[in-house]
Amino acid sequence: MSVRRLAAEQPERFAFTPATMEQVRWWVAKYPPDRKQSAVIPIMWLVQKQEGWVSEPAIQAIAELLEMPKIRVLEVATFYTMFHLAPVGKHHLQVCGTTPCMLRGAEELKDVCKRRIGEKHAVSADGLFSWEEVECVGACVNAPVVAIDDYYHEDLSAEALETLMDKLARGEAISPGSARGRQTSEPEGGTAVLSDPSLYDGSLARLVKLPGLPEKA
Amino acid sequence: MTKILVDGAEVDVPPEYTLLQACEAAGAEIPRFCYHERLSIAGNCRMCLIEVKVGGKSGPKPVASCAQQVKDLPPARDNMLNELVTKSATVAKARNGVMEFLLINHPLDCPICDQGGECDLQDQAVAYGRSGSRFEENKRAVEEKFMGPLVKTVMTRCIQCTRCIRFATEVAGVPELGATGRGEDMEVTTYLEASLSSELSANVIDLCPVGALTSKPYAFNARPWELTKTESVDVMDALGSAIRVDARGEAVLRVLPRVNDEINEEWISDKTRYAEDGLSRQRLDRPYVRVNGKLRAASWDEALQAAARALAVGGDRIGAIAGDLACAESMKATLDLFRVLGSANTDCRPDGAKLGGGARQGYLFNSTIAGIDDADAILLVGTNPRVEAPVLNARIRKAWLRGAEVAVIGEATDLTYRYAHIGAGPQSLGQLGAVAELLKNAQRPMIIVGQGALARPDGAQVLRAVGRLAAQLGVVREAWNGFNVLHTAAARVGGLDLGFLPAQGGKSAEEMSQGGLDALLLLGVDEAPLPSTGTVIYVGTHGDAGAHRADIILPGVAYTEKDATWVNTEGRVQYGRRATFPKGDAKEDWTILRALSAVMGKTLPYDSLAQLRAKMIADHPSFGQVDYAPGAADATRFDPAQLGADGSISNEPFRSPITDFYLTNPIARASVTMAECSRLKRGAERVAAE
Repeated sequence: MSVRRLAAEQPERFAFTPATMEQVRWWVAKYPPDRKQSAVIPIMWLVQKQEGWVSEPAIQAIAELLEMPKIRVLEVATFYTMFHLAPVGKHHLQVCGTTPCMLRGAEELKDVCKRRIGEKHAVSADGLFSWEEVECVGACVNAPVVAIDDYYHEDLSAEALETLMDKLARGEAISPGSARGRQTSEPEGGTAVLSDPSLYDGSLARLVKLPGLPEKA
Repeated sequence: MTKILVDGAEVDVPPEYTLLQACEAAGAEIPRFCYHERLSIAGNCRMCLIEVKVGGKSGPKPVASCAQQVKDLPPARDNMLNELVTKSATVAKARNGVMEFLLINHPLDCPICDQGGECDLQDQAVAYGRSGSRFEENKRAVEEKFMGPLVKTVMTRCIQCTRCIRFATEVAGVPELGATGRGEDMEVTTYLEASLSSELSANVIDLCPVGALTSKPYAFNARPWELTKTESVDVMDALGSAIRVDARGEAVLRVLPRVNDEINEEWISDKTRYAEDGLSRQRLDRPYVRVNGKLRAASWDEALQAAARALAVGGDRIGAIAGDLACAESMKATLDLFRVLGSANTDCRPDGAKLGGGARQGYLFNSTIAGIDDADAILLVGTNPRVEAPVLNARIRKAWLRGAEVAVIGEATDLTYRYAHIGAGPQSLGQLGAVAELLKNAQRPMIIVGQGALARPDGAQVLRAVGRLAAQLGVVREAWNGFNVLHTAAARVGGLDLGFLPAQGGKSAEEMSQGGLDALLLLGVDEAPLPSTGTVIYVGTHGDAGAHRADIILPGVAYTEKDATWVNTEGRVQYGRRATFPKGDAKEDWTILRALSAVMGKTLPYDSLAQLRAKMIADHPSFGQVDYAPGAADATRFDPAQLGADGSISNEPFRSPITDFYLTNPIARASVTMAECSRLKRGAERVAAE
């Protein structure tokens, strides 16, 4: 964590696109009219989806939209690290640096990021990438983890991360999940227990009689 | 009421009391930083930890006593009352630990901190903290913030109690302060470091328990123990807020609020607090006489002789106008002198307000200021209380937050609360619509008439229209008088009480200012038009508009330099006290009049302030009831419909007489701080308009 400030350079203005506005209306409709500032986090998230980051004019626009003081919106924007207060690359990498990921090689992933992108929070020269270190993203069994844009990429090695970034640089799609082809968070080398298919097809199910229920006709 | 033990002693407290209040009710002292009686509860400093025993056993953890209510304790068990323990070893250790955490990031810069000597953190660190620090890491440092010309910030000292944020949001009604970031990086700031736009902004300085927010104009001026503290009353508006004047030697260094729940709770406006530097600028410190068109310094003898010569014509050729800051004593002496001289031309309403003459209720704030707390429907007519009386506006906001409805006839400005805007001018008095029903059905309805509605040519007619409305809606009832006049001048009610009005056949201030008199005496009149002919004798404090026009200047003293009486808008008689001595050759105003009367051979019958006050009380018994606001007394015998006069009313919209809050009187106009505030405010308005 560090002190979070608005970026020094800000755009002139901000406007909601019609597509964003539609979603904004859906969120605002969820709350009573006099409590519509409750929608500030989802709306700021929508703004970040639209622009890639939350700018000062966007904060003002949100404050006007939700009829709340600007400082309250700024408080929210600076409180949550998920809101970017400065522009990010086309693809934003969030490298988990907390203990399990660190033990499993997050340091090497950070080295890759530093070499290919630059310092934390900097945008690469081609505008494609930016990265930051985040605290535990909650996927420790698949450490080390990098969240690229909206999805987790797990079991990464330096090479695997480079491959992903190469693909992104070429404009190819990447698929989230384990880089080693692991099914969710199953043990390394496949499952060793509970592998009998009959466990899952319903054939082992027995009729259970619950006490106190009326007899079925 | 709930019975509870505090350190073994039984107390009976209301169930909605917090544990902290219960402890205080029992006389136990609870240290605190974030808790404040007049703000919402945050519970984030943890300094008020106590031990709670249920059934004789204490819980696993100490409890933040400010954030829990007595009624939320578990029911008493095993025939033993719940007990709050404030003096156990656990509590001492808890406070010690909290204090150590608070001091981790607090700089040890007390020797260069303006809060030193009156700092809650300093005091409580001595009382509850460790003797030394065990913290060997680097302390956090916070970037400086800008909060305007009044509030100096040293945010590294901030302990994040959030009192200032809660004050700005809740009391001042300008949600401009906030806490950005979180955890160790939390910082208190305004949005993009704009200066605070509230007229009450500087109260955050008093609220700040550490030296993070201190007074900018007072920075590095003095230590609290060097100052002579004088309890007095404020004259910047008509509320008469309770203040403490801190002076060192000749100079008033600062003005602080005193607690007075009847008037200002514990807030004062920025003007009350910071106009004080105007007391040592532009001062008239010796008499002047105009010779060949130029003012020339003169001796008192010379000046008094000249004044006596000018007034010697007597009768209806002379007149006197009392200004907005005049004390009751000076007005009484002036009035007595002019009546002896046979003049009926006396007026204390230089703004031309059509008030006075009848029963006191006709020009008082009858619901009382504290009564606003009970009001459930408020109609503002021709007043902008935010600039006319910011502290009163905060009360209205408080009532509004509790559910009172507010409606406005007059300017539609930001009053810090929502209101129904009925219209801009007098014609709207007849078009209340739903608001009429609201007032009629309210338990405690209030109509507040401002000088914007009364200080105009048809003021008397407007007053009658409002009075009729008040009668028609029944806002004046047994034990509740909802008809209120909000004054803007500290002197006005005192003047009206004294009958400082044109006597039979006398001229009003407006008529006198058009000229035609041989001599006109001004008691500090600077805001009204002045006549171009005749001799003008100015008794006042500052080289302002009145002194520029004057032919003879008799230097008087400002409100901090005399023992004097003012009557606030509620009709509350209050004594101001002398904090410093008069500047140069200046004399207390009533003694000037007394000396003048002696020179003229019409010596006034009092030689001391006590005699003058005794005469004043004998002539006007209301002056004998000090610190008493009549409120609803005699409400049943008061008919507001009889006020004012019949006649036609123009459709001219109501305009508040105060166009610039920061520059309403000669003291404020001489103040550098106020000038800077005014400049910033005007700048902000220009930006907003673009």
